[in-house]
Amino acid sequence: MDKPLSKRRRAYIALMRALMTLSFLITAALAVFMVAYVLAKGLPSITWELLSTKPSYLEDRIGILPDILNTIYIVIATLAVVLPLGVGAAIYLTEYARNKRVVAMIEYAAETLSGIPSIIYGFVGMLFFCTYFGLGTSIMAGALTLVIMNLPTVMRTTQESLKTVPQSYREGAFGLGAGRWRVIRTVVLPGCVDGIITGCILSVGRILGESAALLYTAGFAHVLHGFFEGLGSAGATLTVAMYVYAKEDGEFQVAFAIASILMLLTVLVNLSATLVAKYYKKRRNI
Amino acid sequence: MKKTAAFLCALLMAVSLLGGCSGNGEEQTPPADEGGEQQVEQLSGTVSTDGSTSMKTVIGALGEAFENANDGVSLSYNPTGSGSGITAVAEGRCDIGLSSRSLKQEEIDQGLTETVLAYDGIAIIVNPENTVTDLSLETIAKIYTGEITNWSEVGGPDSEIVLIGREAGSGTRDGFESITGTEDACLYRQELTSTGDVIAAVASNPNAIGYASLASVDETVVVLSVEGVVPSEETVKDGSYAVQRPFVLVTRTGEQLSAVAEAFFNYATSGEANDIISAAGVVPAN
Amino acid sequence: MKQKSKQIFEKVIHGFFLILGLITVGLVLLITVYLVVSGIPGIVNIGFFDFIFGKQWASTAAEPSFGILPFILTSIYGTAGALVVGVPVGFFTAVYLAKFAKSRTKELVGAAVSLLAGIPSVVYGLVGMMVLVPGIRKVFGLPDGASLLAAMIVLAVMILPSIIKVSLTALEAVPREYEDASLALGATPVETCFRVSVPAAKSGIAAAVVLGVGRAIGEAMAVIMVSGNAPNMPSLFQSVRFLTTAVSSEMSYATTGSLQSQALFSIALVLFFFILLINAALNYFLKRSREG
Repeated sequence: MDKPLSKRRRAYIALMRALMTLSFLITAALAVFMVAYVLAKGLPSITWELLSTKPSYLEDRIGILPDILNTIYIVIATLAVVLPLGVGAAIYLTEYARNKRVVAMIEYAAETLSGIPSIIYGFVGMLFFCTYFGLGTSIMAGALTLVIMNLPTVMRTTQESLKTVPQSYREGAFGLGAGRWRVIRTVVLPGCVDGIITGCILSVGRILGESAALLYTAGFAHVLHGFFEGLGSAGATLTVAMYVYAKEDGEFQVAFAIASILMLLTVLVNLSATLVAKYYKKRRNI
Repeated sequence: MKKTAAFLCALLMAVSLLGGCSGNGEEQTPPADEGGEQQVEQLSGTVSTDGSTSMKTVIGALGEAFENANDGVSLSYNPTGSGSGITAVAEGRCDIGLSSRSLKQEEIDQGLTETVLAYDGIAIIVNPENTVTDLSLETIAKIYTGEITNWSEVGGPDSEIVLIGREAGSGTRDGFESITGTEDACLYRQELTSTGDVIAAVASNPNAIGYASLASVDETVVVLSVEGVVPSEETVKDGSYAVQRPFVLVTRTGEQLSAVAEAFFNYATSGEANDIISAAGVVPAN
Repeated sequence: MKQKSKQIFEKVIHGFFLILGLITVGLVLLITVYLVVSGIPGIVNIGFFDFIFGKQWASTAAEPSFGILPFILTSIYGTAGALVVGVPVGFFTAVYLAKFAKSRTKELVGAAVSLLAGIPSVVYGLVGMMVLVPGIRKVFGLPDGASLLAAMIVLAVMILPSIIKVSLTALEAVPREYEDASLALGATPVETCFRVSVPAAKSGIAAAVVLGVGRAIGEAMAVIMVSGNAPNMPSLFQSVRFLTTAVSSEMSYATTGSLQSQALFSIALVLFFFILLINAALNYFLKRSREG
């Protein structure tokens, strides 16, 4: 132990340390730069008028209220469809499936889905939901496209948390003569609430960030609508609106204002995911 | 099993389709403007327009003014591009098609009628650092086809010319290339997908030249005169500024428009709305 | 009697969940079949070799040509470039965070990495367009900065978070005993880390890299804003178009049923083919890392 290290070993250690420090600094600097740049450019442009009005050509005014509402609509619509599907699939995989090949097939399919880039979803969604099923360019078509994209996420998080429900609970319930469905309803489902919530949060994060898949399925109109009316008509979410304002209109201030809002929302989403995980971990341990 | 899955998918899609349809239905109902009393015998319904992305501002402004003037009507605008808009109106998928080029003879033969709404100049833009202020049509063609590659050849600084243009299919590109006689011959350095992009790219590069709708150009770039004529409302109107194109409303020949579409058509082309058209940056035709 | 109806009930529920489980498989089949069916006519009409190996793309010219070799090569080069820049930085950052960082630093930087991962790609494109493109033009004295290089850098930044996160997970899963044994034999912590922990986590790290490849090759919205989008053969300082941006930049014209739109379907199919390959590779490495 006390013997001094050879020159080569010391050089190796120094090199590796230098590389690690350098990379670490690059990553940290990048994060700081992104946040600082976007917030510095965007925060000054956020006004109450921007947040609370719809755009008007006559008054030459830009407002993002419709985009905020559209984002909320699309989140609700997507979650409403994807949750039952994803949770159901996860329950099947952990509680019912006996055939290993079926499980492997489903898991492989889910992994394939999560690897498909959003531009392909946008393309297929546009031709499939908008044209083939005649939904037109609408929030509904966008939401259905997002359902496919987020299905693997919800499935995976639910599955992970189902695995943490102790086998003994299930056995206990079976022992008392409960049927499988009853066990699922009373023992298993309550145990995977955290997975479902995490899946929701991650999906919301993905929906917030999505642009390529929505641009051609949900369109980019900035019109104020109620919920059900909104589902049937075209509408831009915040991210799409940002893309359109930056690209079509050259309104970079508005674009950066939306970018900073999105960034704050991202922080919020990440934070809530961490908190949920911590909360349930604590409860488990008791 | 796969069959079952496919069937279920279809079922799911069908259900969502129903949802979308009902949404679409609701879109037809007029938005309840607060304070607007429901009067019998009043115009109601939706005017659907489809086509040129360049006409976004002018149609947006006209639509908004029209909606403000008539409670219970709404205007939908689907920005798909001139070609798609002409196809849409020919197939009866919208009331009025929007085109930023004149109809071709075979399109008129198909049973379509064009009514010029306004004229738009296509501005040739360069970076503010550039000293060139005027180019002839011929020189512009030579620049875009790569015969002239350095700004010093046209009296500017000694630097390479960077050609910025629009993507294939764009009405602006179509207009620019047909006026300068450079169809399919332009050697673009960048093919951008929107007006805002072109302006941003030219604004950030001292060597760049680009073209964009006069209505959209802002102070971040310099507009060149062509053949000594500065593009303005007057020079576009009297035709002395050569690089210009019409904004056209396309309807089906001899077919009666719906009452509300008729009202909008008359409103837009009567001269009543000229102030709004001018405010949108283009020259009213009537 | 009651027992029997209960059994039927359970069977129905079972079937119901089975169907939910198979929806995923159905969707993958649906997308695959759809892309293949709609992508084949374009390839057939244009001719396989003209399409894949054609060097010229002029979809709206009087005599159109539909060669997508420039797009394919650009996507491959762009992804490779992003890996060259992104992987080392991500890898060393992950090692540092996993084995050397204080827990406070780790938590903070971990949050920052999650934030980077959550930023919409459009924001990266926007910042790239405003900062990177003019920067490249000035640094390299080019006429224009929108280029393959700009796209590579933006992609490298975008794949960084996933590389860090997945490598980190793999490194943390290395059994403590391996490291203790190495330390007890007299290796320093740095040596232990790179000679013991990293090799033990190599499948996981490989999975991270493959995941990065998938991200990079599939990204559209950010690269379209910085790459210039002209259909040139790829070269570092040239304006280029990727497979993804080739689909998205002409997508609004894709509903018309022309040869142009067929060609777009075919590009989407080629892109999908690449993605399937990458997914298969990813699956292989993930499986090995789980078993390892």
